[in-house]
Amino acid sequence: MDREQPAVLGRPESPRELFVAFTLLALQGFGGVIVVAQRVLCEDKRWLTRAEFVEMLSIGQVVPGPNVCNVALMLGDRLFGWRGAIAALGGLLAVPFAIVLALVAAYASWAANPAVAGALRGMGAVSAGLIAGTALKLARSVRGNPLGIPVCASLGGAAFVLVGLLRIPLAWALLAVGPAACVLAWRRIGGGSP
Amino acid sequence: MNALAWAVLLSQLLLLSLLQVGGALAIAPDLHRLVVERLHLLTDAQFAASVAIAQASPGPNTLYVAVIGFQAAGLAGAVAMQAAALVPSSMVAIAVGRWGHARSERRGVIAFKAGMAPITIGLLAATSWIIIAEAPGWRHVVLAAAAAGAIWRTRIHILYLMAAGAIAGALGWI
Repeated sequence: MDREQPAVLGRPESPRELFVAFTLLALQGFGGVIVVAQRVLCEDKRWLTRAEFVEMLSIGQVVPGPNVCNVALMLGDRLFGWRGAIAALGGLLAVPFAIVLALVAAYASWAANPAVAGALRGMGAVSAGLIAGTALKLARSVRGNPLGIPVCASLGGAAFVLVGLLRIPLAWALLAVGPAACVLAWRRIGGGSP
Repeated sequence: MNALAWAVLLSQLLLLSLLQVGGALAIAPDLHRLVVERLHLLTDAQFAASVAIAQASPGPNTLYVAVIGFQAAGLAGAVAMQAAALVPSSMVAIAVGRWGHARSERRGVIAFKAGMAPITIGLLAATSWIIIAEAPGWRHVVLAAAAAGAIWRTRIHILYLMAAGAIAGALGWI
């Protein structure tokens, strides 16, 4: 179950391929594009390892902006520079932008329909589950982490409790555990590069 | 809507863009204050519907900003507001991504990635928990758990899982 990760990663041929991939990925993402992004980028396309994905998501989380947009921008920029960044973000947004505006008109007449409201509730429950499953999948990628499994579990647990149970705004939660985690990692890594 | 209101709105949004730590919805309260309470462009219900529509629609949640712009001023409003919300944060993301990638062997950068990785994963779990807790009930939890197991252990297509959830909900099981 763990050896799904190939040794050799692929990469897109052109910004256009990036645009198409992100368009298709965005269209599958209801209530959590990050889940689809993880699956497509790490498992279908194999453009990133799980560990690389977590790294990009970590950066995408501490800088402003929607996480999945930031991952798209950073990946696109790394592959093709500005053109890649624009292609990836454009793919993520262009078609969904048109769809969401088309839905505005439909929403007023459909929102009160009990079947539609029920379908949205069901999709919400599934998307919550998908995010949890993705977290489980990515949790395996911390195996090579210099902090070791127990410390990683404590840090992940602390982040979960602060944001999930205590409902502390994410920015404050990041400030509460992030610096300590980075300092701890810095110490564990030890000498080597300055 | 007059030009002055637009200038206020877009300049504020350019600033809010840089405060979107933790996702697009992090600035929703500020945007609500601006669009509903201060500029009276949308009603409270329209604002809430904008967020709901974007969440029900495929694509990133940040598109709720486009929906607000569309309701306030049509297509031009949608494009202008979405761009204002994303351009500053995108510049920062690209700059930080480049900076980190160029220094990926530095001890500080390695320590950042190693320290943040478990936190990032914990936050994903928290996001899932928050969505579940909003609509409690054991059927909800069972459906979510089944979806979690499916994505974790199988390669089933995500759209099938979404469709199963939609059908279960439409039939009134959830």
